[in-house]
Amino acid sequence: MKPLANLLPHPLPPAAAYGGAALAALALAAVPFVLGMNFGNSWVRIVDFALLYAMLALGLNIVVGFAGLLDLGYIAFYAVGAYLYALLASPQFGLHWPLWAILPLGATCAAAFGVLLGAPTLRLRGDYLAIVTLGFGEIIRIFLNNLNAPVNITNGPQGIANIDSMSVAGHALEKPLVVFGFPIPSLYLFYYLFLALAVLTMFICIRLEDSRIGRAWVAIREDEIAAKACGINTRNIKLLAFAMGASFGGVAGGLFAGFQQFVSPESFGLLESIMVLCMVVLGGMGHIPGVVLGALLLAILPEALRYAARPAQMWLFGRMLLDPEALRMLLFGGALIAVMLFRPAGLWPSAVRRREFAASGNGT
Amino acid sequence: MKAPMLAVKDLRVAYGGIQAVKGIDFEVGTGETVCLIGANGAGKTSTLKALARMLPASGSILYRGGDISHCPPHALIGQGLTLVPEGRGVFARLSVEENLDMGAYHRAAAADIADDLARVYQLLPRLKERRTQLAGTLSGGEQQMLALGRALMARPQLLLLDEPSMGLAPLMVRKVFEVVHSIAEQGVSILLVEQNARLALTVSARGYVMESGLITLADRADRLLGDSRVRQAYLGGE
Repeated sequence: MKPLANLLPHPLPPAAAYGGAALAALALAAVPFVLGMNFGNSWVRIVDFALLYAMLALGLNIVVGFAGLLDLGYIAFYAVGAYLYALLASPQFGLHWPLWAILPLGATCAAAFGVLLGAPTLRLRGDYLAIVTLGFGEIIRIFLNNLNAPVNITNGPQGIANIDSMSVAGHALEKPLVVFGFPIPSLYLFYYLFLALAVLTMFICIRLEDSRIGRAWVAIREDEIAAKACGINTRNIKLLAFAMGASFGGVAGGLFAGFQQFVSPESFGLLESIMVLCMVVLGGMGHIPGVVLGALLLAILPEALRYAARPAQMWLFGRMLLDPEALRMLLFGGALIAVMLFRPAGLWPSAVRRREFAASGNGT
Repeated sequence: MKAPMLAVKDLRVAYGGIQAVKGIDFEVGTGETVCLIGANGAGKTSTLKALARMLPASGSILYRGGDISHCPPHALIGQGLTLVPEGRGVFARLSVEENLDMGAYHRAAAADIADDLARVYQLLPRLKERRTQLAGTLSGGEQQMLALGRALMARPQLLLLDEPSMGLAPLMVRKVFEVVHSIAEQGVSILLVEQNARLALTVSARGYVMESGLITLADRADRLLGDSRVRQAYLGGE
């Protein structure tokens, strides 16, 4: 239970830790019911997406937060996972592979793309690496956009529709599951699946951070030459960071395709990459709970603003002055700036980062 | 001189078309401290980086009798060859103790590592006081001590020191050299690259003078200290 205990400020006795974990699990299990009954099912859908973003942010955090490699094209791996699912489980090629076969394949395939991106950029850092990764992300998107000729693979800009829904233990998640005569809506089932995988991702990340590999990533982030001098094979360890980060993106992408049952290149633009990067930075780079918080907030906040914009204006001015759509991005941008000004280390930084920023604030 | 720990023949390093090191030969004996002195841009750091296999170079590098000129850089530390990079290169956002642990990254035996940690703390008690502090918040001299301590955690047989005096106050420089001297007394061979020629020559048995990519003088350290050319060029001599 060491990794769980690490999330808490003080190590708890085992009984309390298990009790706390059970309570947390119960609370998380209740989330879709509370949301669905009070605010409607569209909110459950928003939370489902937020969990996918949490997986993406955790994956990107390995590359950016642990290994210190700035990646602006991360969404490409999400696209790889999503299109792999779309091609293997849709009428496009008449293939209908099961979820359990596609997800590991998606992870592997995305990891291979991660290495493909990592290998030529091994000597680059900072701004230069950012530009190359940005280009990589765009290349993948443009490929998907144009792979409808001469041989049609991706359907081009039209995207792939009628993708199979995911089936877990023989039950297609697009249909409600009846438990003791009580139907659990489909959106709730997706929530549980995504939650389970997000928790698993988080667990893997915590174990990685504690491992030899995690220490090597941090060493490379801090000083690459010194890391080499300490006997770290920087080439392999950096490639591993790209591959691991990408594989989480690939899994999240597969889930996205099965959830939406439709993919098209426009879901994988530069703005999405930047959004995921914002989640990592805003939450607290390198700090796993912070990154998850950042992902959930940034995925949910714009939607909340969309719903709040109309009533807020009616209440303040008595009429609609601004289109909610325009206002929500304005407020969102403002919130980002405010967080970076007042909490430069992120909303929930690790203890080390907090100390560091506190020290530099005092002018020492 | 005893059997050489390191024997370098015709070492050349080039950045693009510019030759930084133009074919040099030198040796470091077992248990010997040797310094490589010279002005800025003479090719000292390039030489050291080439030895640590962090720069592509030609020529032969024999370390304990085996050619390491095709050995990957991360494998050297396991053979007892450890570089302390220029500008300290501590892991700023790790604590002092975590930095020291990284020095033993390639080793598996936890008990031995704990022993070595105790030994490093004995040699550098200041680090023990600050073990939980972030390395980036240490003073320059303490960071240099930490870099030395981290290198010792690897149980080196040959230590490559790149400008340990760089950017340090004179008092701190002397302390760093005292530590270098006590490391040498434990039997570790040291190749020291320095601009502070006087101090480097006082701790070394022999010295090489480098000028624009070539070794121009090689002699016992005490003779170099007395040499009029060295005095004039590097010791602010009269």
